[in-house]
Amino acid sequence: MTDLTTSEAERPAMQKPVIDVSGVDLTFQTNDGPIHALKDVNLEINKGDFVSFIGPSGCGKTTLLRCIAGLETPTGGTLTVNGLSPNEARKARSYGYVFQAAGLYPWRTIGGNVKLPLEIMGFSKEEQIRRVRKVLELVDLEGFEKKYPWQLSGGMQQRASIARALAFDADILLMDEPFGALDEIVRDHLNEQVLKLWARTEKTIAFVTHSIPEAVYLSTKIVVMSPRPGRITDIIESPLPKERPLDIRDSAEFIEIAHRVRDGLRAGHEG
Amino acid sequence: MKLRQSAFPILTVIAALLVVWYGATIKMNSTWTYDQAARAGTEPSFSEVVSDTMQQSRPLLPAPHQVVSELWKTTVEKKITSKRSLVYQGIITLKTTLWGFTLGIFIGVSLAAIIVLSRVGRLSLMPWAIISQTIPIVALAPMIVILSNAAGAGTLLVPKAIIAAYLSFFPVMVSMVKGLSSPDHMQLDLLRTYGARPNAVFWKLRVPASMPYFFASLKVSVAAAFVGAVVGELSTSAIAGLGARMLIGSQFGEPMIMWAALFAAAILAGLLIFTVGGVEKILRRAMGGRAV
Amino acid sequence: MNRSDTQFERIAYPVGFGLLVLLLWEISVRVFGISPALLPAPSAIGAAIAGSVPILWGDWVQTVIKGAMNGLWMGGIAGVALALVIDRFAFLKQGLMPVANFFAALPIVGLAPIMVMWFGFDWHSKAAVVAIMVFFPMLVNTLGGLAATDSMQRDLMRTYSAGHIATLLKLRIPAALPFVFNGLKIATSLALIGAIVAEYFGSPIRGMGFRITTEMGRLATDMVWAEIFISALTGTALYGLVALIEKRVTFWHPSQRG
Repeated sequence: MTDLTTSEAERPAMQKPVIDVSGVDLTFQTNDGPIHALKDVNLEINKGDFVSFIGPSGCGKTTLLRCIAGLETPTGGTLTVNGLSPNEARKARSYGYVFQAAGLYPWRTIGGNVKLPLEIMGFSKEEQIRRVRKVLELVDLEGFEKKYPWQLSGGMQQRASIARALAFDADILLMDEPFGALDEIVRDHLNEQVLKLWARTEKTIAFVTHSIPEAVYLSTKIVVMSPRPGRITDIIESPLPKERPLDIRDSAEFIEIAHRVRDGLRAGHEG
Repeated sequence: MKLRQSAFPILTVIAALLVVWYGATIKMNSTWTYDQAARAGTEPSFSEVVSDTMQQSRPLLPAPHQVVSELWKTTVEKKITSKRSLVYQGIITLKTTLWGFTLGIFIGVSLAAIIVLSRVGRLSLMPWAIISQTIPIVALAPMIVILSNAAGAGTLLVPKAIIAAYLSFFPVMVSMVKGLSSPDHMQLDLLRTYGARPNAVFWKLRVPASMPYFFASLKVSVAAAFVGAVVGELSTSAIAGLGARMLIGSQFGEPMIMWAALFAAAILAGLLIFTVGGVEKILRRAMGGRAV
Repeated sequence: MNRSDTQFERIAYPVGFGLLVLLLWEISVRVFGISPALLPAPSAIGAAIAGSVPILWGDWVQTVIKGAMNGLWMGGIAGVALALVIDRFAFLKQGLMPVANFFAALPIVGLAPIMVMWFGFDWHSKAAVVAIMVFFPMLVNTLGGLAATDSMQRDLMRTYSAGHIATLLKLRIPAALPFVFNGLKIATSLALIGAIVAEYFGSPIRGMGFRITTEMGRLATDMVWAEIFISALTGTALYGLVALIEKRVTFWHPSQRG
């Protein structure tokens, strides 16, 4: 694990983006005619960025995340991940994906669930055990390895699903409203933990949310989107420091960024 | 819409089944052909063997077109009043099915009402209802005949209908228990705020809420009643009905009769399920309800 | 009404109800003097069972072990195996699913006389009838179960670039197990029906179906009821066994967690 103070300051200026989205269109053909889920989306995400996608439902934020993961195929434009196509990047095991629901397999223990991707990707037995222990520690779930998912609270289940995404050490973490179904107190706690995790692992994180405070609190870059057709209306670089205690949300800086995000959302809504 | 999309795959599968059937016809019936030829001292060519396997009068496995022509002969070309007409026999099985179906619905709904309304009823009846379905009804069938005769039933219709009802009440009961207990606490509490008596709760809330479940169970139930009717005919040595034709075919070594009766039964089952499905759809639309 | 049932109540009520029915049966046979040829009293049936254990055992082995069980494993394995193969091909699945569903609703038991004609009087013909009867519910339920995963679970496997086999083993087969057990429960009931009916069309001189028809002819109704009792006990025990295994294997399923 690299020292985070150096990585924060010395980011090379000419670095190639990890995720490069340019002119991406996605049109679904339905019985009621075509739906423009994404239209002319341009975005660069650099290594170590924490990018949030925010916008009302139908703005294509989840669709964009799925395109990056190669779960949907754009109908136009180019999208590269580490210089590869999303499908190739997926085969190279570049993504850890966290869904809105934990989606743990009820027939496997927590440990067994975290082990699932490792089994599929053919890690050795000892390596599997070592990694399961490591990532469970990372999400504060030591000692729950032998429990079944239904014996855990919703927040703990979601943490286990994050551990599952971290287990095979992909460098990109894609999170689709992972805490949308949880109550606010649990959500605050998990947000804090995600930030710590991000600092410790230096992953590139793309995070879909519909909560303005969540987006501002977590991100280095906030992508504001709007619907019909789904498009990016604003990209806000956050000046907040990387070290963020929860009470940073009361600072003037935080409130100002939140204002900009809200304005962006409103403009997109009217436009 | 959905059916049109899958029509081609379905037809392909049916065509493949027919090819396999013809192949099996040639394979299974050729033994007899070769035996005959050996007895006559001749050496049949392959095409002679093939054509012979398709037209034996007592084949081990009749070819599909033989079954179709036998069906045609015994339905369209026979008078409906003739005992050899499969329409005549089919109507008898149909009657049994409908009596059994009606009886099954009545028993199923009554048991469900008792189970939902009374705790004692639920605790004592539910396990036995499940056990009843694990008991092979065919073993009971002869006893049902004797007992219903002793009780004064003049025909075999009564015991056969009882057997059909025995199989068909269960899906109705299970669905109705689910349906009658489907109203949630909020809906029940609302009626309680009106001071509604249990009677009103049952008729104004539970019964209407259970209707979609009831309709959904009918198709399964009528299929079960039909299977029950045929099982009843097979296991009570009936002399009329499609099951009885199968018995007769078996006793007289006439495979064509068995196969024709078997296919008539399949067609009748299809018609029944289709009809009940249609009625279900119309009723559901009339009540403005949606599917469960 | 809001009281939850205790373990005691869950056993006592059904057992009590059963005993009550037996008691009323015994009393009415004695009080009304019903002829034993018509309806023997439970005590007479009990005596018949106790007095002919070897015969009943021989019939049970012939019908249940040789006929029903052989058919059950053959039809069951065939149904599950075909489901796994068909599942690979969307076209086949689309075409076969409606056909199999239709077959599952048919009175396949009508094949019994034909199977007896093909495979002779002994247990082979019975096993064949049972295998065909069991095949369709197993096929339909397994196919339904394999389709029972939600899109999120499948997407998760895609983000791992998991292949068909890995997805099948790690996700779809475990998710399908509750459905397979459902099919198996239906199958056990059908297996006994098939094995007994097929004996009505010809059998060696043992077997439960054979015994029922011959004792019926001799008006020895107590023996008929003895066979009915054994078959009922077998049916319930088989179902219970499947339910028990289901509880052990699919302990994680909401319906089993209680």
